[in-house]
Amino acid sequence: MADRTAAEHSAQSIPALLARNVARYGGYPAYREKEFGIWQTWTWAQANEEIRALAMGLLSLGVARGDHIAIIGRNRPAHYWAMVAAQMCGAVPVPLYQDAVAEEMAYVLGHCGARFVVCGDQEQVDKVVEVEDRIHTIEHVMYTDKRGMRKYDHSRMNALADVIAEGKAGHYRYEQELETRIAELTYDSTCVMLYTSGTTGKPKGVVLSNRNIIETAKNSVSFDRLTRAEEVLAYLPMAWVGDFIFSVGQAYWAGFTVNCPENAATMMTDLREIGPTYFFAPPRVFEGQLTQVMIRMEDAGRVKKWLFDHYMALARRVGPAILDGAPVGMLDRLRYALGGFFIYGPLKNTLGFSRIRVGYTAGEAIGPEIFDFYRSLGINLKQLYGQTEASVFITQQPDGQVRSDTVGVPSPGVEVKIGENGEVYYRSPGTFVEYYNNPDSTASTKDAEGWVATGDAGFFEEGSGHLRIIDRAKDVGKLADGRLFAPKYVENKLKFYPSILEAVVFGAGRDRCTAFINIDLTAVGNWAERNNIAYASYQELAGHPKVYDMIRGHIDEVNASVARDPMLSGCQIHRFLILHKELDADDGEMTRTRKVRRNIVAEKYADLIDALYDGRDSVYTETEVTYEDGRKGAIKATLTLADATVAPGVQLAEAAE
Amino acid sequence: MKDMNEGWVTADGRKIGGVLMELRNITLKFGGVTAIKDISFDIRDGEIRAIIGPNGAGKSSMLNVISGFYVPTEGSVWFKGYQRGPMKPYQVAQLGIARTFQNIALFDGMSVLDNIMTGRLTLMKSGLFSQAFWWGGASREEEAHREKVEKIIDFLEIQNIRKTPVGRLPYGLKKRVELARALAAEPKILLLDEPMAGMNVEEKEDMCRFILDVNDEFGTTIVLIEHDMGVVMDLSDRVVVMDYGKKIGDGPPEEVRSNQAVIDAYLGVAHD
Repeated sequence: MADRTAAEHSAQSIPALLARNVARYGGYPAYREKEFGIWQTWTWAQANEEIRALAMGLLSLGVARGDHIAIIGRNRPAHYWAMVAAQMCGAVPVPLYQDAVAEEMAYVLGHCGARFVVCGDQEQVDKVVEVEDRIHTIEHVMYTDKRGMRKYDHSRMNALADVIAEGKAGHYRYEQELETRIAELTYDSTCVMLYTSGTTGKPKGVVLSNRNIIETAKNSVSFDRLTRAEEVLAYLPMAWVGDFIFSVGQAYWAGFTVNCPENAATMMTDLREIGPTYFFAPPRVFEGQLTQVMIRMEDAGRVKKWLFDHYMALARRVGPAILDGAPVGMLDRLRYALGGFFIYGPLKNTLGFSRIRVGYTAGEAIGPEIFDFYRSLGINLKQLYGQTEASVFITQQPDGQVRSDTVGVPSPGVEVKIGENGEVYYRSPGTFVEYYNNPDSTASTKDAEGWVATGDAGFFEEGSGHLRIIDRAKDVGKLADGRLFAPKYVENKLKFYPSILEAVVFGAGRDRCTAFINIDLTAVGNWAERNNIAYASYQELAGHPKVYDMIRGHIDEVNASVARDPMLSGCQIHRFLILHKELDADDGEMTRTRKVRRNIVAEKYADLIDALYDGRDSVYTETEVTYEDGRKGAIKATLTLADATVAPGVQLAEAAE
Repeated sequence: MKDMNEGWVTADGRKIGGVLMELRNITLKFGGVTAIKDISFDIRDGEIRAIIGPNGAGKSSMLNVISGFYVPTEGSVWFKGYQRGPMKPYQVAQLGIARTFQNIALFDGMSVLDNIMTGRLTLMKSGLFSQAFWWGGASREEEAHREKVEKIIDFLEIQNIRKTPVGRLPYGLKKRVELARALAAEPKILLLDEPMAGMNVEEKEDMCRFILDVNDEFGTTIVLIEHDMGVVMDLSDRVVVMDYGKKIGDGPPEEVRSNQAVIDAYLGVAHD
């Protein structure tokens, strides 16, 4: 232990951890990527060669200390290498969301003043070239995929592979300089800069230091006892802090393997092939998988269907208890083992979860049925609560104390307190350094003592000590009669129905609540097929009277359940409509991480909201939409407005459960 | 030999070479029906050559003549400077001519990967014995072919359906798989019979991009039949226009578009 501590003290940057891993795990796999149908592997030693060569290549291009290097592309080893290589040169890597349109990209590139940009492919290069004239800082563009790039003006452009080759060729010239630069890195130098998706206003550049990342990685790795042998699948956007923590921070600290899928569409196949032991996914991934399973089981033969239903009922009854190590009868254990042979094992294998030791979900609330489904199969799925400014971890659930309605206890090293207005505050070694070039925002978010406001309202549950999040603090409001209005609470309940993809509830300052509903095309389409409902388009399906009936049924159920909560019974939905289009990040209605931007939606569809409150039966509307390539079009529709059944609210006394 | 005169460079920087194939005074008759009447044109190395015309103009017959499936009743086909005689289908493939079909012709029960592998059949050398027992050169050879096929899969971005049986795919993807299979034969000339028929706008855009990329990346000469005028005008370097088996126009898209005979054929003329 003593020699380890010494080594770990010296590893105060990601490049230093890389060197440590080469010494300690040199021959073990660090990165894998599926290309041309085959998983290609790089050991820590090989990855180190590539990263150093790339860093020297960057030096030859003139990367200076403190430069910002933007990285725009899907999860590929080369892109992770580019980030570490940038750090080696004393520069700051800035990963960006690759599906951002040129406009959004222009803001971020301009804000950080990127001198160098690493692009995944031609599509990204095109966007950068488009905005280059407005942002005068960009000096050199590198790209990973050479396809279609031959005809571009290469005077200020290179393939990343060529930069690596350049670095290898020039290693006598640059080795000395590289060593100097790596040695200059300290625990407080910037590790990475990540732009928050920004539910409101412009994105902000969150500066995270080596201390933030490494301390967080160290704590969270020991919390879940992660080892060198873990396998993770890197498929979430590289610009998101979670991916940086899992695929860089924890991977470098623990020395485990990062697997990159072939492309976004093959993610599920690759998941199955890799069988990760440590897995993170936002609730929608788990929801999507469950929907797929359920749809396929509907089509299965009767024997299979019976087996599935029988054993899933058993699993729901005893599975979570077995996972938590709670006492379960011998007979049930035996039955569960048999179920494992017939159903759970094969099902987990199909889902790619055969080897999962630790799984996390976060970002949004997850439906209790969905959560329990995975846990009942014996998958150790847990919840965590975090944000970019905290280097992810604020609270997380320890093994054996997992519930769908809490987000767990404070992570190791994190202090959490609840403000007077119910807002959650935290302080931790992972707390961000600052918002880049934005001292005002930094000061309003982080106080002098290092406490950061999360913007979420929540409370610690008595007894268990687990944190429960109700809603965004600023979204929590009052109805006209003073009752509490927490839209997210109701929306989450609605979204737990497979047929509802998104819901937006309005009601702040009004006398009652109303809602917009987005249907889930997969689930509702399948349902329509089964019930012989013909439709030609999303819009037609969304407007179908039978779909309205089904959604009304869901809303009535939610109303009944909301009515049971004495604090929130005012949030029942009186009227609703089903939107004629999906809310889309390209239209600015959602963030890139698929969180609804409530204000923008309210503003854009003001006519629909008015209609919901003035008692009309239908409303005609025209909506502007933005296509993937930035062109605009319009959708016209006449929407039906429908009433829902409102349950009477319970008395405070009898609801104290 | 026919003069293999110099080519030219297009506006977007692609090089068009000399004449690769020349069709001289082709006439094709089926009994009393004349499908093609005395048509001559050439196909240059590296170009995208479109054949357009109203329904029943003889476009597909023309493509079949180019592919060697039909032997013209009169006239001759010159390929790389030599006159071409009647050929068996495998000889056509060996010459480096591959095609896709107007009605998709894939093996529905086989996976995408296997379907594309069939495109390389003519390039496989190991014998029946070796292949049947997976012995000797066969496994090595298969690996080499698989590598080529994987590059094409990567190129056409169909990795996610690699192992999916073709029968389960939507139409637009089947078309792409068919293109992949044709490409697997590493053709010199690629014949595409209505590659965009029945596609939606997005699928068309994808297909256009792939056709341009194939031409650009592999230098493959492409002959395509297409109804969508927008596609033809955007994609092709030169266009042949046919009507009732006759050639009524030949030249760059903008020239063809303003040709009165072409406008009449498409829009119809008043018969008074």
